[in-house]
Amino acid sequence: MPAPTPDVATQLGYWGVPLAIVAGAIRNSTPFIFVSLGETLTERSGRINLGQEGTLVMGAMAGFGVSYLVADHWSWAGGVAPWLGVLAAGLAGAALGVLHAWLCSQPRVNDVAVGIGIMLFGTGLAFYLGKPLIQPAAPQLPAINLGWWSHSESVRAALRINWLFFIGVALAPLMAWWLRNTRWGLIVRTVGESTDAARSMGYSVNRVRLFATAAGAFMAGIGGSFLSLYWPGSWNEGLNSGQGLMAVALVIFARWSPVNCLFAALLFGGAKALGPALQSVGVSRGHYLFDAAPYAMTLLIMIATCSASRSLAGAPAELGQATA
Amino acid sequence: MTETFNSQRPTIVFRTKRLIPASFIDAMIISVVAVVISLALFGLFVMFSGVEPVGMYGVMLRGAFGTPYAWRNTLIHAAPLLLTALCVALPARVGMIIIGGEGCVLIGGLLAALTAHLLPHAPPIVVQIGMIVVGMCGGGIWIAAAGALRQFRGVNETISSLLMNYIALALLNHCVEGPMHDPTSLDHPSSWPIGVANMMGNIPGTEIHVGLLFGIIMCVLCWVLMDHTNVGMAMRVVGGNVRAARVAGISVAKYSLLACFLGGAAAALTGVVEVAAVHGHANDSLAAGYGYAGILVAFVARQNPLAVIPVAILLGGVNGSGDLLQMKLKLSSASVQVFQGILFLVILGLDTWAGRLNEIRQTWFARLLGRVVYRNRKSSLVPGAVHAGANA
Repeated sequence: MPAPTPDVATQLGYWGVPLAIVAGAIRNSTPFIFVSLGETLTERSGRINLGQEGTLVMGAMAGFGVSYLVADHWSWAGGVAPWLGVLAAGLAGAALGVLHAWLCSQPRVNDVAVGIGIMLFGTGLAFYLGKPLIQPAAPQLPAINLGWWSHSESVRAALRINWLFFIGVALAPLMAWWLRNTRWGLIVRTVGESTDAARSMGYSVNRVRLFATAAGAFMAGIGGSFLSLYWPGSWNEGLNSGQGLMAVALVIFARWSPVNCLFAALLFGGAKALGPALQSVGVSRGHYLFDAAPYAMTLLIMIATCSASRSLAGAPAELGQATA
Repeated sequence: MTETFNSQRPTIVFRTKRLIPASFIDAMIISVVAVVISLALFGLFVMFSGVEPVGMYGVMLRGAFGTPYAWRNTLIHAAPLLLTALCVALPARVGMIIIGGEGCVLIGGLLAALTAHLLPHAPPIVVQIGMIVVGMCGGGIWIAAAGALRQFRGVNETISSLLMNYIALALLNHCVEGPMHDPTSLDHPSSWPIGVANMMGNIPGTEIHVGLLFGIIMCVLCWVLMDHTNVGMAMRVVGGNVRAARVAGISVAKYSLLACFLGGAAAALTGVVEVAAVHGHANDSLAAGYGYAGILVAFVARQNPLAVIPVAILLGGVNGSGDLLQMKLKLSSASVQVFQGILFLVILGLDTWAGRLNEIRQTWFARLLGRVVYRNRKSSLVPGAVHAGANA
């Protein structure tokens, strides 16, 4: 487990606050990056998956469980165990995504409501299956030390960055390119913009959305595995705090663009780090209110960027339309 | 000639209004089928965990409705769900999916504690009414705010109301550990106590707190409002077709916000009751997930305030039997959550039947009788059954 942020700030005095926020932004943003990229893919195909919160928790549980069990049974596999956990997290997420897509493909079934259902189901199932996993420790994901040049232990701790973050950062432009320039990207966008056009071209709307939802939930599951396999690095029932849902709001803020998602995720991660950073330098009055900062910020951003009278720029045209 | 002319005109049948409309019966059929399917799936699920399902059903039934004690437990569990379900069901009638009930419960409880503190010398009945009125207004405004953001800024009400749950929890924690902290509550930070004299207590002659009574009254009132008044009619038009509502001169914003306000007020009443009849002060034990369970109740009741009553009692029974499942069968406490999740997904999957039950019945009967039925999955049109269905 990496050194906790408070150490960083106590050693550097008030200069520690911006450092802690930057470090926290990088650390906290990883789940946001993966969930929001996945949700972008799903929403570009014209369907909203509010169940990402449940997918995230399920991914966290599956990732932790597989990492623990693999390392427990085959001690020589300790190095690959966390990565198998990441894979398992993705697959568990994808399974929930398939369930979401299948239910939504029935006529007259509302995708927002199914999302709430997946949220409750995924959380409940993860808590149930994860009960025996609360005590043990699982092998964690490795990190890269970018702070080798510094003599300050706190700077080094802040710059110890997980591999998944870099994968997420690379994934964002890759997905933007994929959506814009490949045949498959075009099909996903067509389904998202006009189901009639997609049908007339001979593509099955439900099948494309099934793929987009499953792939999106796969990414959200990976985002969940970061929570249990790196930061905070254990499995318990208080692990998630609305990250999955905030990521859905973040996609709206990012105007359905994968690259914008990356920046928005960093912003949200920073907001999440604000409370702990201030607390670490002794500003503990009203720390609960600082904890609410990311939620309040999400809400304010949505108020500022949404509009009642026009559809948002970049919004897939089929999003929120009643399914046939 | 007039005879022929008349026979060619489409016949319009005016039906007398039934007390229990056919849509209600359809809703109940779907709900019952959903519960049965979910119980079967849950049985399969526990079978994989090595628990024998038939015995599990027995334990569930005994834990929920088997003894007078179980019934009392069930009804106590059902009381908050009656009210938090309304927070979903009423906005759903105007076409909004609000899941902010949890936050409303917290706001209601917090305001109740505050009201009791601000009226130190008033007679108990005044304090109690004050707590109810202030709490309900606060919760109503809380959800109406989410509705207003949707109406005037186009903000997705599902996401905003869920975010507001987290904000409400932060606000509650801040207040009970900061400005409203009771210094004597050391191990579990709480607000000032409301005072023993101001407690609402139980329904006379029972050991069940007044929340159940409030819940049933609110459900019946909301049902009357929704199904038997002009206001409810206007709300249903708004929920059915916003453009049609505008053409008919109905103020969409007004009725949307009213539905949100009433829903929020109902959920906040849960918080008031929890503070004024159960805990005696506000703290984070208010956040017991009533708001989230209420979402499930509302969907299983298919957003009908009257159907909320039996569904809440059923779900209250399932929640109440959780302890016995844990004790007798060593099933983890999360198993109830798994059942709730399964039930939620099944009821949503069966949404595809809503309003088509007649049509589906016709198709199935026709198939049973060996007739050819042309069924087009995409348009959900069933040419073979349309005529028969239209007359029924």
